[in-house]
Amino acid sequence: METTLQEKAAPAFPRLGQPAPAFEAQTTQGTLRLEDFKGSWLILFSHPADFTPVCTTEFVAFAQLAPEFKKRGVELCGLSIDSTYSHIAWIRNIEEKFGVKIPFPVIADLNKEVATLYGMIMPGESKTETSRCVFVIDPNGVLRAMIYYPLTTGRNMQEILRLIDALQTTDKYGVATPANWKPGDKVIVPPPATYEAAQERMKAGFETKDWYFSLKAL
Amino acid sequence: MPCIESSGQMTEMAVQILAAMTEGAGLDQVAEKTNLPLYRVRSAARELAEAGLVESSNEIFVLTADGRAALAKARGHA
Repeated sequence: METTLQEKAAPAFPRLGQPAPAFEAQTTQGTLRLEDFKGSWLILFSHPADFTPVCTTEFVAFAQLAPEFKKRGVELCGLSIDSTYSHIAWIRNIEEKFGVKIPFPVIADLNKEVATLYGMIMPGESKTETSRCVFVIDPNGVLRAMIYYPLTTGRNMQEILRLIDALQTTDKYGVATPANWKPGDKVIVPPPATYEAAQERMKAGFETKDWYFSLKAL
Repeated sequence: MPCIESSGQMTEMAVQILAAMTEGAGLDQVAEKTNLPLYRVRSAARELAEAGLVESSNEIFVLTADGRAALAKARGHA
């Protein structure tokens, strides 16, 4: 009995490079399943609560950048432990007070099912609210990146957009991206995995500092 | 429900989706015809199928007799 209770209490935590946990949830756009987003990139993000100031700035920022995400084949989906009625009232309020329409669905995770699957609740911050989490899921349903921010600190949507650009560049060209990379910057050529390849790398024509460190322009 | 109101009336989105399926269509085609995101079309198709208004075979969706009647009613035909 004690083991079962412990198992129920233990939050799950998704892993990068593995299929994102499947879910079905009530949202402001009806019942949605994770599989509904297959074929698109998906940014699943959580906020602590509706009708709170930092969250409102984040929703406005996401909505304003939504066209840029759309251009890149990315869908957005929000989540908090609030009801659909609260979500609807809040997004209507944002439209009225801030003049910004929220185009993406928002999951009403009242039973904390999705929040628990994705490890969105940080008891050290709050046992009843999700922290500011971002999960980037690719068109095959694989979790590619996660960002966790505290309740106090609004996220930077330009960084999330940059992250999408970096992941899509990696997928398209088979390269890695260095610190602070932005589109147009040189990318990292994956390091050689054998001695022979390392020898060849020095002659390959990239901008090579050493056998393990090569940059190239796309 | 995004397709069928609690009153039983179909939403505009549902009418658009049913109309796009009148001659049979895959969900990608429905998304293109209606200009709706694919995730919304998938969710709506599931709801419409549960309501008995559409059915699918080999990923092609067609209207059932109830679906054709519902579409005609929504468009104001007898």
